[in-house]
Amino acid sequence: MSLEVPFDGGLAEYNFAYLDEQTKRMIRRAILKAIAIPGYQVPFASREMPMPYGWGTGGVQVTASILGPDDVLKVIDQGADDTTNAVSIRAFFQKVANVAVTTHTKDATIIQTRHRIPEQTLSEGQVLVYQVPIPEPLRFLEPRETETRKMHALEEYGLMHVKLYEDIAHNGRISKTYAYPVKVAGRYVMDPSPTPKFDNPKMHMSDALQLFGAGREKRIYAIPPHTEVVSLDFDDHPFEIQRFDKPCALCGAENVYLDEVILDDKGGRMFVCSDTDHCEERREQGHAGELLARQEAAE
Amino acid sequence: MSEAPLLKVNAVSKFYGQRIGCKEVSFELWPGEVLAIVGESGSGKTTLLNCISTRLLPTTGSVEYAMRDGSIRDLYHMSEAERRFLMRTDWGFVHQNPADGLRMTVSAGANVGERLMAVGNRHYGNIRSTAIDWLTRVEIGTDRIDDAPRAFSGGMRQRLQIARNLVTGPRLVFMDEPTGGLDVSVQARLLDLVRGLVNDLGLAAIIVTHDLAVARLLSHRMMVMKDGHVIEHGLTDRVLDDPREPYTQLLVSSILQV
Amino acid sequence: MATPLVVAEVFKSFIMHLREGIRLPVVNDVNFSVASGECVVLGGPSGIGKSSILKMLYGNYAVDAGQILVAHRDKIVNIANADPRTVLDVRRHTMGYVSQFLRTVPRVCTLDVVAEPLLARGLETGEAREEASALLSQLNLPRELWGLPPATFSGGEQQRVNIARGFITDHSILLLDEPTASLDARNRRVVIEMITEKKRNGVALLGIFHDEEVREAVADRVLDVMQFSPRKAAA
Repeated sequence: MSLEVPFDGGLAEYNFAYLDEQTKRMIRRAILKAIAIPGYQVPFASREMPMPYGWGTGGVQVTASILGPDDVLKVIDQGADDTTNAVSIRAFFQKVANVAVTTHTKDATIIQTRHRIPEQTLSEGQVLVYQVPIPEPLRFLEPRETETRKMHALEEYGLMHVKLYEDIAHNGRISKTYAYPVKVAGRYVMDPSPTPKFDNPKMHMSDALQLFGAGREKRIYAIPPHTEVVSLDFDDHPFEIQRFDKPCALCGAENVYLDEVILDDKGGRMFVCSDTDHCEERREQGHAGELLARQEAAE
Repeated sequence: MSEAPLLKVNAVSKFYGQRIGCKEVSFELWPGEVLAIVGESGSGKTTLLNCISTRLLPTTGSVEYAMRDGSIRDLYHMSEAERRFLMRTDWGFVHQNPADGLRMTVSAGANVGERLMAVGNRHYGNIRSTAIDWLTRVEIGTDRIDDAPRAFSGGMRQRLQIARNLVTGPRLVFMDEPTGGLDVSVQARLLDLVRGLVNDLGLAAIIVTHDLAVARLLSHRMMVMKDGHVIEHGLTDRVLDDPREPYTQLLVSSILQV
Repeated sequence: MATPLVVAEVFKSFIMHLREGIRLPVVNDVNFSVASGECVVLGGPSGIGKSSILKMLYGNYAVDAGQILVAHRDKIVNIANADPRTVLDVRRHTMGYVSQFLRTVPRVCTLDVVAEPLLARGLETGEAREEASALLSQLNLPRELWGLPPATFSGGEQQRVNIARGFITDHSILLLDEPTASLDARNRRVVIEMITEKKRNGVALLGIFHDEEVREAVADRVLDVMQFSPRKAAA
């Protein structure tokens, strides 16, 4: 005999934004501490979320804790609003918090991201929430967590340059292209999550608040608005961002981060904006890249 | 002869519960002086070395150190930040097992350069040329600069560890059985290298060894330890040629003559 | 005439702990002095304690009682109770020692082995090597050997390296432990010449020479060590 479970309207009610209020309180305290000590990794009691680790549980917990009913949420994955991870996290918050969602960067109050910072400059009042897989920049050089915490405490960051040295020694230049270490407010060295180093300069003196959540590693850190963020480098090998030979094939944008898209199995390919919202907006404004122009000509 | 000792060890004792690690050890070390601590396994020599180098906190006692600026500091009352800074600038520590003192996964050049980067050197070209210079001094081919020490022989690893320690021009180097586990021919080369470097750079050193030949070749002065106590202390030649204590006589008479 | 080395009432014995602690007396009540420009030769049969006296003077053997006074840097140092650091400084600047055997330093070439005492006293490498070359030529050591480590040399060659190393400095006291034992007649004469030169320069020399010819040529007086032997007292 199966047990009958009574339902009102199909589903039991979740607390607003899924997490219970005590948990949100705990996470908010961690966030406040993180803002007070820019770049410092604050431990927090990360919860089990209804999605696997690696799908953004840290970012989701941060977003859930700061989300209010009036917020407008945008979720991107690799710059795109329409990939699996972005779509499911957006749907999740629509379901558990019933908040408004958008794909337009300028309309959003909270943007949860994996791997990118939007091309459009963020403004005051906006919050960028990063999903972080490994928050410890020293991890692969010094495996002992007790030791890395001590190194942060004593500001012993020589090891970070050892990593960059290795890059130059083996490749002739700093070949690290993502998760490129930065020094925040002249004190803590921080891993900016696996964003391309192309986005590092956008972190510097940003008007928006930047929060980082690592669910599996149970760490939260932050860059408050108007904070100095410097990418580490050598005097004779200064920090450089990626450059692209061609503009976006769809919208013709230059100085944006491009993704390679394979078109066929005959070697055809195009480079397009990784930030889908930025690209669409430009096309609406009438900008057209090489590929779009060709298609129009064919029609 | 410089006028002040570099290191002053006052009645340092370390107890592990009821057991004695080392007891009431006092001595002075002067700039440029090499002291050997000898004794059999378990005699407390490594415990003593670890206490003096602040890798271990003793139960009682104090160690004073003459800093580069001339001030005298009690090592056990320094902040951890100051102590760690001292350890990677003015001191060196050569471990018996090179893997304990090297980063096995990064290149030889980066191993040598790490201390430079730790004290704020931010010019890749300078770091690299200093690394090349030091690899040459420890007789490692400069074509190996980008290889990780995992690909090195035991003797090369030990020489690399020495270069990594000496790159910041320390005034005091601790060595824990630096030739242990090496072939005799490799040992001879390493000893000769260490001897040359100590002479050229005017380093003070404390070397823990159970090998009296190593002590004879490298040290000016020698301390013999047994059961945690220093039982004999003097000029290395004197201790080895005219040992006074029963245990030292046993130790000296146990050397294999070749 | 100055007297840079005075030995007064020195007693020495060995206690053999590994043989039930028996006490082997070596010398009793040793008294003598060596003046600048003088060469004193220790005489007496083997095993009477001649080498032991040299080793006490150089600090390799501790003494049971008595004083070994050395004029060192405008001061008088008592080697019998000086700390290791002082003994090392005396060795570096005041008292040289030429032993019977060369304690070889692996991998260091002959020229540098000889030049080392000068480098230890702060001389330039070039200058030190020049002086080392001069001495090695004087001692007829083939030039081809200068760049090699002396470990594989013959006994006579090693001894000449050892002599050159001992004679290179201007130490005011020089202890010689059978420096001519394995030399041929020609090189013995060179060493005699070198010792005479040291005497002219006011160095106080104390040596053991079993070779009659050398002893005759260099000794100002012979000190019979038998008088200090505890065996004499027992007999």
